[in-house]
Amino acid sequence: MPTKEEWQNAFAARHGEKLQKVFSSSVVAVCGLGGLGSNIATALARAGIGKLILIDFDSVDLSNLHRQQYKASQIGKYKTDAIVENLCEINPYIRTEAHTIRLTEENALTLLSQADVICEAFDNPQAKAMLCNLVLEKLPQKFYVAASGMAGIDSPNLIKTKRVSKRFYLCGDGVNGVGESDGLFASRVMLCAAHQAHTVLRVLAEEYEI
Amino acid sequence: MVLINGKNTSADGKTVSQYLEEANFNPQTIAVELNEDILPKPQYGETVLKDGDVLEVVSFVGGG
Repeated sequence: MPTKEEWQNAFAARHGEKLQKVFSSSVVAVCGLGGLGSNIATALARAGIGKLILIDFDSVDLSNLHRQQYKASQIGKYKTDAIVENLCEINPYIRTEAHTIRLTEENALTLLSQADVICEAFDNPQAKAMLCNLVLEKLPQKFYVAASGMAGIDSPNLIKTKRVSKRFYLCGDGVNGVGESDGLFASRVMLCAAHQAHTVLRVLAEEYEI
Repeated sequence: MVLINGKNTSADGKTVSQYLEEANFNPQTIAVELNEDILPKPQYGETVLKDGDVLEVVSFVGGG
């Protein structure tokens, strides 16, 4: 196993020393650890983000494996436990704070208070709207990166990032929700997750424009 | 005229609630920004749109 110093040096050689210093001192919250969240967390762990706050109440199910970053051996485990296991295999020096809980209006402000950037990675549209309103109203100093529209087999080029306002970014195609005929495909969900993860890195790099 | 999601719309004089209802938005799955500030849901009914306002209605669909 490489030492922590070797690890930091390897990251700094790829991302630049200045940027890596920012990444490794940052805290990012990932709300929901399904198709979006498990992929966002994986990308951020690979980038060397210092600490991830990981929140989900659910367990890994067979029906998740077609798009989420879990393994058959992890079926039945809490997603929080499974993702921490996987992230630590990728980056043993990442710090994680996992909460196996449903994020609500009552607990969100406390759970998210340490985060520099908050990623919304829920699947339920009411939950997405609830967290968006809550964070923008009550935590206006945070950066917020949300997602809407990544279902179906439509063109990958429709997935975009929009800067809705100064600290609020929205990724996705904006229209393709999960319906009876529109399943979710790993490749298209990962595109949206990659937009979110990359927006986090750009915000931390103080590159705010799209 | 009110600029709503990038399009000039004659919604001046309407409340945000009236506009959202007419445009068939589900209040449970949206967030609304008025002139780049979040508009809390309890204010939808009392906020009257004026000429030159910029309204952004972010509508969330399921999937993640």
